[in-house]
Amino acid sequence: MSTKSVLFKIKRQATPTSKPYWEEFELAHHPGMNVISSLMEIAANPVTRDGKQTTPITYDSNCLEEVCGSCAMLVNGRARMACSALIDNLEQPVKLEPFSKFPVIRDLAVDRSVIFENLKAVKAWVPIDGTYDLGPGPRLTQQEQEAAYPLSRCISCCCCMEVCPQFDEDTGFVGAATIAQVRLFNTHPTGQALKRDRLAALMGDGGIQECGYAQNCVEICPKDIPLTKSISEVGGAVMKQAIGDLFRR
Amino acid sequence: MAAPKIIVIGGGLAGLSAVIKIAEMGGNVDLFSIVPVKRSHSVCAQGGINAAKNLKGEGDSTWQHFDDTVYGGDFLANQPPVKDMCEAAPGIIDLLDRMGVPFNRTPEGLLDFRRFGGTLYNRTAFAGATTGQQLLYALDEQVRRYESEGKVKKYEHWEFLSAVLDGNRVCRGICAIDLRSMEVRTFPADAIIIATGGNGAIFGKSTNSVVCTGSAQSALYQQGCYYANGEFIQVHPTCIPGEDKLRLMSESARGEGGRVWVPKTAGDKRDPKSIPEKDRWYFLEEWYPKYGNLVPRDIATRAIFKVVFEHNLGIDGKPMVYLDLTHIDRKILDRKLEGILEIYEKFVGDDPRDTPMKIFPGMHYTMGGLWIDFKQATNIPGIFAAGECEYQYHGANRLGANSLVSCIFGGSIAGPNAVKYARGLQALSDGNGCFEAEKKKQEESNALLINNQGNENPFKLWRELGELMTKDCTVIRYNKNLQQTDAKLVEMLERFRKVNLSDRTQWANTSVVFTRQLYNMLQLSRVIAQGARMRDESRGAHYKPDFPDRDDKNWLKTTKAYFAPDADEPKFEFEPVDISLIPPRPRKYDAAK
Repeated sequence: MSTKSVLFKIKRQATPTSKPYWEEFELAHHPGMNVISSLMEIAANPVTRDGKQTTPITYDSNCLEEVCGSCAMLVNGRARMACSALIDNLEQPVKLEPFSKFPVIRDLAVDRSVIFENLKAVKAWVPIDGTYDLGPGPRLTQQEQEAAYPLSRCISCCCCMEVCPQFDEDTGFVGAATIAQVRLFNTHPTGQALKRDRLAALMGDGGIQECGYAQNCVEICPKDIPLTKSISEVGGAVMKQAIGDLFRR
Repeated sequence: MAAPKIIVIGGGLAGLSAVIKIAEMGGNVDLFSIVPVKRSHSVCAQGGINAAKNLKGEGDSTWQHFDDTVYGGDFLANQPPVKDMCEAAPGIIDLLDRMGVPFNRTPEGLLDFRRFGGTLYNRTAFAGATTGQQLLYALDEQVRRYESEGKVKKYEHWEFLSAVLDGNRVCRGICAIDLRSMEVRTFPADAIIIATGGNGAIFGKSTNSVVCTGSAQSALYQQGCYYANGEFIQVHPTCIPGEDKLRLMSESARGEGGRVWVPKTAGDKRDPKSIPEKDRWYFLEEWYPKYGNLVPRDIATRAIFKVVFEHNLGIDGKPMVYLDLTHIDRKILDRKLEGILEIYEKFVGDDPRDTPMKIFPGMHYTMGGLWIDFKQATNIPGIFAAGECEYQYHGANRLGANSLVSCIFGGSIAGPNAVKYARGLQALSDGNGCFEAEKKKQEESNALLINNQGNENPFKLWRELGELMTKDCTVIRYNKNLQQTDAKLVEMLERFRKVNLSDRTQWANTSVVFTRQLYNMLQLSRVIAQGARMRDESRGAHYKPDFPDRDDKNWLKTTKAYFAPDADEPKFEFEPVDISLIPPRPRKYDAAK
């Protein structure tokens, strides 16, 4: 078993504007290894399969327990978190690529700051008066908590955006993750105060209307967030508000 | 007068808590973080946050919380700030509740609380088993709101390198590196707050995130900040061993009724579920009848070590014991623990609802950190600290679910104190030379690394460091080994001079950054090893079989290390602990306090 090895094909790119190329690596197999532990091993010994000295691979990572959202990449063509990609469950060669719809920084690291800008645009927060002591928050039933919690587990990994056929520079589509956050904050008793602003932010170009119901998002989400349900609920609310606005003019 | 400019370094709970307070006071904040702040290590906290809300009719009080914390920390914490924290905790929970944290609820719609280690009260509020994530998101959202109002400017993908000190050794700003362009720049500020978390990377594999290297704390220690109680390292009893890290299996698993056991016979090959009760040894419940599986972490860890290494009863002869949830209703498990069960399922492949988990202790937390006073100020004027990177709240051992509260509380003290300090600060009199000088120094040290010719691979050196520190500076400590450890650290620092980077490029070069962190880890490791060597007693997480008892006469003291640049090594001072509120008494968990 100790002689078993694992093959990697990794797409590399030195700078945001330079040309991508592929490198192959061969590592000894050990039980429990995952994509990140493999990348760590390559860093300790950056030699390609054909014996060429190279540089360690640049990638984003932090918690390694699939809760920080850092290490999203394409593993064998599938958008997922690299830390929970166990080698024993993957076909070989294990092919690693950066996300295709986000600007490459270097190698497997991409710029996903767009999601944080989107969260800003939809005011994804509860507008509290201040941090001084104002007593407890609103009471919530267990059912309300159980509906909010899954939405609140979104790790902003952007997998749902990477796999969305509508998400690209042309549409400027905001993406499923942000829409689910609108649903989360619009259902919170205090968060509701900004409901109209949030729905308004989802109208027009790049808004919720860009969704083509391909349902790739909900299928890929590593946290099983009810994304399509959120899109249809928020979509309905946006429609209702748009029609209302029409009559209020 | 212009609004005070404060730099906060680190965007976990402590940093964000400080940022919110400063913005609310009208200050301007530059927030620096290696990762987008929403991806900070606070997301890894699982089980919950302590506050004596007494919503279960148990007669809990903030004084009880205070007493549990001081007792759990084996009386090494200065008591007044701990008392303040415990008194603030219920208000902090309310604030988080108002911010929209989806805390679990009781049927009446109130916050639910569960039990955690080191207490007999249900005092821990929780959001499933991803409480840290939920808390961090709530603060992240509020900071994003301030960001959109222009009160906060984020520098994400920037790493702190050093403080800029003027001729009077007053902090005037920071020097940082853009992790993409590799540009080194200085940023002026009236005060800075360090909130850079733990130092797990020193131990190679730990429950910490990749960014938790302790590098910033170490850099400041080398610039003249005191580093306190470095030898107090918490090893969490229940982790999942992994190739890249040790994944935490939260104490909340035991808080919800999880039981730790091993088969009574060594080499029992049966499927754990088929092993009858009479053949199982619930050693924590037997040894600690009052607290059972919820003894503090240092106690549980040592018990597991004893069972595995002295009784030789580890599962399959390996260093592992069972953590069993299979007797608990699946629906309850899903509602209260889903996040951690999912981690076990994804990374191990077994469903802990059906099969007992195999776990073992792993490095988790540093009680020690930058020395601060009761205003969260370090000894260098203008440098404040909050969160795991400072030493104030947990003494010799931290209780579970106290870290989140100490982060948020510490940040909420540091922020306003930094603003107050900034408002009274005299303008820099001797020109801006200190900024240029610091920038040049840091650029030169990067150039040196990039151009260095040698044969030492920094990533391999790091692995050696982790193995060394885990072996001799965690659960069981012997003076002879600690002495050898320090000698090896000196040797490794020497080898570091021959470090050779395999990446010499000038764009998003992770090797340069990592190698800088490694140097700082090596320097801080000496503080840990030497501090442990000196403290000839056992207290909380610091355990020496040759000195098995707590020695209040000689060692009821805070260890304060400072860097002696000429000798290139730590020197030590000791400071009495403020025990003005609760007189020290023996710490025993086999009976109620």
